[in-house]
Amino acid sequence: MKVQNNKAWWLVLPVFLLVAFSAIVPMMTVVNYSVQDIFDPSTRYFVGVDWYRQVLQDPRLHDSLLRQFIFSACVLLIQIPLGIAIALCMPTRGRWASLCLILMAIPLLIPWNVVGTIWQIFGRADIGLMGWALNALGISYNYASNTTDAWVTVLIMDVWHWTSLVALLCYSGLRAIPDVYYQAARIDRASNWAVFRHIQLPKLKSVLLIAVMLRFMDSFMIYTEPFVLTGGGPGNATTFLSQTLTQMAIGQFDLGPAAAFSLVYFLIILLVSWLFYTAMTHDDKNR
Amino acid sequence: MSWMAWTLPTALFFAGIAVLLVGMTLVELRWPCVERKGFLPITTTRGDRLFIGLLGSAYLHLLVIGVTDWSVWIASLLSLLWLCAVMRWG
Repeated sequence: MKVQNNKAWWLVLPVFLLVAFSAIVPMMTVVNYSVQDIFDPSTRYFVGVDWYRQVLQDPRLHDSLLRQFIFSACVLLIQIPLGIAIALCMPTRGRWASLCLILMAIPLLIPWNVVGTIWQIFGRADIGLMGWALNALGISYNYASNTTDAWVTVLIMDVWHWTSLVALLCYSGLRAIPDVYYQAARIDRASNWAVFRHIQLPKLKSVLLIAVMLRFMDSFMIYTEPFVLTGGGPGNATTFLSQTLTQMAIGQFDLGPAAAFSLVYFLIILLVSWLFYTAMTHDDKNR
Repeated sequence: MSWMAWTLPTALFFAGIAVLLVGMTLVELRWPCVERKGFLPITTTRGDRLFIGLLGSAYLHLLVIGVTDWSVWIASLLSLLWLCAVMRWG
């Protein structure tokens, strides 16, 4: 086999240096911290894998991890079908299509802490429209004291914030389907369901994989919105992994265990990202 | 570099990873790899198998540390066997 010219790899060097500076070197530092009892680089001693053992056997982290997986699963189960449904209902051309696209993009432009604040006020029973209206209808609702209410509010907030991303991705995927498929379906007198099941859904597969990956990763590292909305409460009911990690690193200044926990967190994200990447690349190869 | 709080074991660990990557690059230049299918359920390149081997090794370490009272050296030995198996038959 003829060896290809590899000189083009030098063009990757600037990006590699940037990634090394912003990601690889900090991560190496985290690895160094994770095996030491450390307050600052001059006050430290080696503890081996003790922090990993402590973190992996800590029930508080097990609970956070379980909550995080449940939250991400709920987010995907709600946002993916809802995003597809919204994309299917959106107009395909004309001024209404443009208006829909603008309206769908608005929640994506709002910063996380503002979204949290909006929903914190919106859900309050005394001054918030949603909280006041629900209580006026006789539905006891208080996200600050009731675990179910807190979970429902955090989920609705995330759905409100991010479903439009899924919808916009699906919309672009639907627009990319050539019209000949629909013409063939009309000739066969295919029902709307058949068109969706056999044309639209298979053609959306790649887009949906990206949407699922983005939403999983983003929901798995969610921090600001629930922190602003519920502060992780009531109790620890909405304390997710990022918040537990922040409490450990900044609140308690347990830098060693927090570093070990960060690396476990990183490995989970790395595994899931790799699974999605593999699914996407093998899907491309099989086509 | 003192702000990175280096220790000898972590320095050796990263040196090992760096040697692996340089070695893989040289092997790739000398013998460009062809995708193949082994006991893993997907077709893989040599780099894919190294990544899968290293990721599996990391999880093996977490499993041994989190679930058992075994020494971490047992996890490292098992990981070495896993890495060799994936690179050879994966």
